Amino acid sequence: MKRLLMLLPLAIFLLVAVFLYRGLFLDPTELPSALIGKPLPSFSLPSVEDPQRVVTAEDIKGKPALVNVWATWCVACKVEHPVLNKLAEQGVVIHGVNYKDDNASAQKWLKDFHDPYQLNIRDEQGSLGLDLGVYGAPETFLVDKQGIIRHKYVGVIDERVWREQLAALYQQLVDE
Amino acid sequence: MKQLIHGLLLTLCLLGSASAAIDAYEFKSEAERERYRTLVEELRCPKCQNQNIADSNAPIAMDLRREIYRMLEEGQSNEQIVDYLVARYGDFVLYKPPVNAKTLVLWYGPIVLLVIGFAVLAFILIRRRRASDKPASNTLSEAERERLATLLDRKEP
Repeated sequence: MKRLLMLLPLAIFLLVAVFLYRGLFLDPTELPSALIGKPLPSFSLPSVEDPQRVVTAEDIKGKPALVNVWATWCVACKVEHPVLNKLAEQGVVIHGVNYKDDNASAQKWLKDFHDPYQLNIRDEQGSLGLDLGVYGAPETFLVDKQGIIRHKYVGVIDERVWREQLAALYQQLVDE
Repeated sequence: MKQLIHGLLLTLCLLGSASAAIDAYEFKSEAERERYRTLVEELRCPKCQNQNIADSNAPIAMDLRREIYRMLEEGQSNEQIVDYLVARYGDFVLYKPPVNAKTLVLWYGPIVLLVIGFAVLAFILIRRRRASDKPASNTLSEAERERLATLLDRKEP
């Protein structure tokens, strides 16, 4: 008993050490999304290319897809863009939400840097962004074919992030 | 002394300017303004962490303030407004998180630690008292004293 008591401080120390060590590798800016497992919020917004065309949440259903929130004012989005182009070439379905942006510059951007998006939603007021709980671009949602949000990634999707985190999840949604 | 006073005055001035980010919103009543103030002070900005949406100048905080103002004007209750934000940004936006399985340690951990601390303290005190209640160990019984005497008297050959 006494011997066990003597080991108690060591046990507490180890417990705290494990706890703090784990904390070293957690990113506090990464928030868990409140929308995982919920359907995409309903919306009805014009597309970036054509103000006459109305896009709704129904249009996104049918195939699993990435819904990428981007803007021309977002520096990190520029870094991400070539990766999205490459993914689109490989056949990954990507939809864009142009978040609080000037539409003319968004159109120019897509012309200059290539357009990886199948649907491109024009969210000039940021209302869809608000419903999606967006707090900084780029953010990417993984949506299954029923239009349910299954995963959210905040930050730039680069080759490594795709390979190590998102590719398997996307494949899983395709196989479902 | 003079320096100290100057320092204090400067601090006061700085304190005054700390509550920045004021939007020009018109409220119907003083009560509504008060509700708006409490809400934006209790809700946390999702982008700029460790700031409430009242203090933050991030665009997202501005949007949220506008949204809260809009909902107040529509006559929604504080609860509805908070639920609206939690549905989008999760419990993270609350500076006072709800009690659930995930936050149990956060809410009750300190009390549990305090109780454990008192238990250990009580244990130590009781043991100490019990030890002092025992007959003092430096008084020897008759038999012990005799034995000690023989041991001391015994001459080494």
